[in-house]
Amino acid sequence: MEQSGGADVLVSFRNVQKSYDGESLVVKNLNLDIGRGEFLTLLGPSGSGKTTSLMMLAGFETPTRGEILLDGAELHRLPPYKRNIGMVFQNYALFPHMTVAENLAFPLAVRKLAKDEIARKVQRALDMVKLGSLAGRYPAQMSGGQQQRVALARALVFEPKLVLMDEPLGALDKQLREHMQYEIKHLHDELGLTVVYVTHDQSEALTMSDRVAVFNDGIIQQIDTPVALYEHPVNSFVAHFIGENNRLSGTVAALDGRRATVRLSDGTTVQARAVGVDTAGRPTSCSIRPERVRLHSFDVQADNVLMGRILEFIFLGDHVRLRLDVAGSTDFTVKVPISQVDSAWKTGETIRVGWDADDLRALDPVAA
Amino acid sequence: MDTTPTALPLSDDGVPLKVRLRRAERSYKLRSLALIAPLLIFLVLSFVLPISTLLYRAVDNHELADAMPKTVAALDGWDGNAIPAEPVFVALATDLRDLKEAGRIGIPAKRLGYEISGFRSVLTKTLRKLPAPDAQNVRDVVVDAVPEWGELRYWKAFERAAKPYTPRYLLASVDREVNEDGQIVVNESSAFVDIFGRTFWISGVVTLCCLLLAYPLAYWLSVLPPSKSNLLMICVLLPFWTSLLVRTAAWIVLLQSGGLINGGLQALGIIDQPLQLVFNRVGVYISMVHILLPFMILPLYSVMKGIPPHFVRAAVSLGAHPFLAFWKVYVPQTIAGVGAGCLLTYILALGYYITPALLGGPDDQMVSYFVAFYTNRTINWGMASALGSLLLVATLLLYVVYGKLVDNTGQSGRK
Amino acid sequence: MQKSMIGVGLCALSLAVSGLAQAADITVISFGGAAQKAEDVAYYQPFNASGAGKVIAGEYNGELAKVKAMVETDNVSWDVVEVEGPELLRGCSEGLFERLDWSKLGDETQFIKGAVSECGAGIFVWSTALAYNAEKLAKAPASWADFWNVKDFPGKRGLRKGAKYTLEFALLADGVKPADVYKVLGTKEGVARAFAKLDELKPYIQWWEAGAQPPQWLAAGDVVMSSAYNGRIASAQKEGKKLEVVWAGSLYDLDHWAIVKGSKNKATAMKFIELSNKPEYQKVFAEQIPYGPTNKNANSLLDPKIAAGLPTAPQNLEGALAVDTEFWTDHGEELEERFNAWAAGK
Repeated sequence: MEQSGGADVLVSFRNVQKSYDGESLVVKNLNLDIGRGEFLTLLGPSGSGKTTSLMMLAGFETPTRGEILLDGAELHRLPPYKRNIGMVFQNYALFPHMTVAENLAFPLAVRKLAKDEIARKVQRALDMVKLGSLAGRYPAQMSGGQQQRVALARALVFEPKLVLMDEPLGALDKQLREHMQYEIKHLHDELGLTVVYVTHDQSEALTMSDRVAVFNDGIIQQIDTPVALYEHPVNSFVAHFIGENNRLSGTVAALDGRRATVRLSDGTTVQARAVGVDTAGRPTSCSIRPERVRLHSFDVQADNVLMGRILEFIFLGDHVRLRLDVAGSTDFTVKVPISQVDSAWKTGETIRVGWDADDLRALDPVAA
Repeated sequence: MDTTPTALPLSDDGVPLKVRLRRAERSYKLRSLALIAPLLIFLVLSFVLPISTLLYRAVDNHELADAMPKTVAALDGWDGNAIPAEPVFVALATDLRDLKEAGRIGIPAKRLGYEISGFRSVLTKTLRKLPAPDAQNVRDVVVDAVPEWGELRYWKAFERAAKPYTPRYLLASVDREVNEDGQIVVNESSAFVDIFGRTFWISGVVTLCCLLLAYPLAYWLSVLPPSKSNLLMICVLLPFWTSLLVRTAAWIVLLQSGGLINGGLQALGIIDQPLQLVFNRVGVYISMVHILLPFMILPLYSVMKGIPPHFVRAAVSLGAHPFLAFWKVYVPQTIAGVGAGCLLTYILALGYYITPALLGGPDDQMVSYFVAFYTNRTINWGMASALGSLLLVATLLLYVVYGKLVDNTGQSGRK
Repeated sequence: MQKSMIGVGLCALSLAVSGLAQAADITVISFGGAAQKAEDVAYYQPFNASGAGKVIAGEYNGELAKVKAMVETDNVSWDVVEVEGPELLRGCSEGLFERLDWSKLGDETQFIKGAVSECGAGIFVWSTALAYNAEKLAKAPASWADFWNVKDFPGKRGLRKGAKYTLEFALLADGVKPADVYKVLGTKEGVARAFAKLDELKPYIQWWEAGAQPPQWLAAGDVVMSSAYNGRIASAQKEGKKLEVVWAGSLYDLDHWAIVKGSKNKATAMKFIELSNKPEYQKVFAEQIPYGPTNKNANSLLDPKIAAGLPTAPQNLEGALAVDTEFWTDHGEELEERFNAWAAGK
């Protein structure tokens, strides 16, 4: 597992554990380094421990064991209000009784800055999020997107070392969300911020992050760049949590270095890349991306070639989606660019299905 | 709804659409009115009517004119400089004879007694020595028998009491009275201004104590998990289920010299002499705060329940010490609850009288005690109404002030 | 409000109906407590047994306002009420009570002074007297002057919260003769004198509101002396409390039966009053509770031991003073107002 994003580490989690009830661990032995200037996303389903990890970083939860370092200093000894960490909350948490300008001035006023300096910084922050003209408004008088930007500006106005964002775009509609993703990423690049971002939306994670830490069951399953996560998932959970994957269950028949021979449930054997298997005879779950599969009516050049019956044919403009019955799996999806589609492919037809051995990853078995 | 077409379109039967619409709406409105009618009638009967009666009673002065109409009519136009002439005395004698027969002399007697104490006996004395119906020189006979009728001040008092409306009750409620020359002067032996001041002061102290106690408690309730907070809420509401008198009596038992608290403190050696905790202001404060506390907790709790915890977290993450975050971010959002709770508690406290009556000394009694005193003991409903009206006006003023305050901070109420 | 009006209406209706049916039920309203229990034994039960009618007992706090509201709205559901002197006088002169035909109620000469009046028939004589806890005081007080003497009798004193009784006691303590008390109190100087005397004792007074408080305070030691209703002290004595009454300087007054104006059962009500005027029933009453009978003939029927503890016993009446109802009707409001001002420290 790669654990460091770079030489200049800003935050490190060292053997951090967290339990609420003293019986089960919500976070199990978390080790994580976050580099200065990095945009790290904690991704995972709800209850996976990602938000708890963020709250420990913010100081609203204390680790049951282990320590968190910020700039080399032990963070858990520092009360939350002294950590100098900016935070954007899921529902913005803008103070309803204060105007936008007062909301932004709040972190500066508690730091006892001079009045004119506060005014200057507030204005700059508002301009940064393009809300310069709405300083006198109350949060309730603004749209969701505007409130989101105010929350962002408020988390940045006091120039924190680190900015935490807890599902900040969850309440916005899709179009606005995509726009805000771009803006946040833009601010990150422009201001050189270090951002720890929590989301359960994998496309958001892949779009924005330098690195993504995939959480499940209190453990980081994989931490890597979006491309590596997509292309090289290290286990079945990651493979299926990020993007689309076809799953073929079978048993490892033979193992030869990085190459595994897998006997699928219907008896056919395929070649796969051994990732999560180390012993022959063990069950495995193989996964392959829909776009990595090649289809052909007569012949196909590939390490593995199987026969598949078309169950469903969906036209999607620039590409088509086919659902096939392959090797006993009736949920085998294939994406084909429109230019490569053969007019003979129809529901009920049988065609050849092929892929390279390296694209099929033999991972840990998934309980059916 | 208000579609007003420029050209009046006609419907099939030639009636303008506008008229038909109005008809339809009228029936709709009538139906709505019928639905709220029970409430409306209830409000009029239980609220508007009694309060207007109360206000009217505070200035109503018809007793004398109703009881002694002839004398009042004969006295009309009297210059007030000399003892009235014969016809007035004849009317007086006739009126008194009628009253004697009807057995209702008490009403004018009581009314005249307010003007000059002892006037009542003058009237009853006159009743015993009335001249015969056909007697001559009634004036001389009456003045001979009852010399007070020869005094100008009695007649002036009579004239004042004969007017259909009087400011005397309202004036008396603020320790003022009209003297014989018609000037408004201070009545030194009256203490209603002090009593009003005391009422406002006690209510204020009680409200403040309630706020100080209820705020942390309501906050605690609002952050507890529902299972626990529900149980505690029942404890908060428990006092509502016992009668006011029982609670008041319980406080006497606890607070009196030989009571639990004094006994406990003495047993622990903290005090040598029992503390005077009851039958004085302290006892009034303690029990009123206890009784009114739920009225403060409930509005606070309902407002606090609606404030999510992330506001304070946000403030802390922005660098505010938890206390500062609480004060600057949490407290302002509870202002509406604080206002409602204080208003409710204060207004309820203004009307308390059983608790101060039983737990306080004579200088701890509030206005309502005197309203009850005049209503039940002396049946001076004019005075009771005047005191009640002033209290009502004070309460309304308070409400207006509250309305203004809430309006100014109205922005904070936005969500 | 609507509900209560309907309730009153139904009540009136049912009363009217029952009135037609048997014309025998009368509603008798008294002050409740021990006195009502005694009335039940002495009067209600014999009346029920006599066959003249049945008593429906109720209680109230003596608010004439209720009677007034009933008479004014013509919704009279009470027939006989127990009233104190001032209320009787006021209610009678305002037409709230029926006039009584004494020829039907017994021989007027048999009754003590004040018991026979236009609208009322005296039920019993009660007294407000100085009471003290014999266990807490080394020396027994003998007069109101001793009550004021905080040097020889240290400790708190209980007095009724209000001007009535309090001002009389102050004047008695100041040396005014019982016979002159109301004459003095009728003058401005006399009122000033009474309040000046009260000033002396103000810091030592604990004011009571309800009649149950003085015996309780005396027994608990909250106060060493108090003014108190003699009946309340007697019941405390029965319970074994060492409380004593000083009869000298006590103020006695009468409670009366009166018939509410417009009562639909006036004839039955008259029969009830006639019965309760009889000495044999008054004797039973006095045996229940130490209030004095109004029918002089009852005294001779009583056990001398019981008779000695009544306000009407000759030795107890010595130095006692009858409450002047006329005086309090004339000056009550003014003096109560003055008392409130005084209490407020003006």
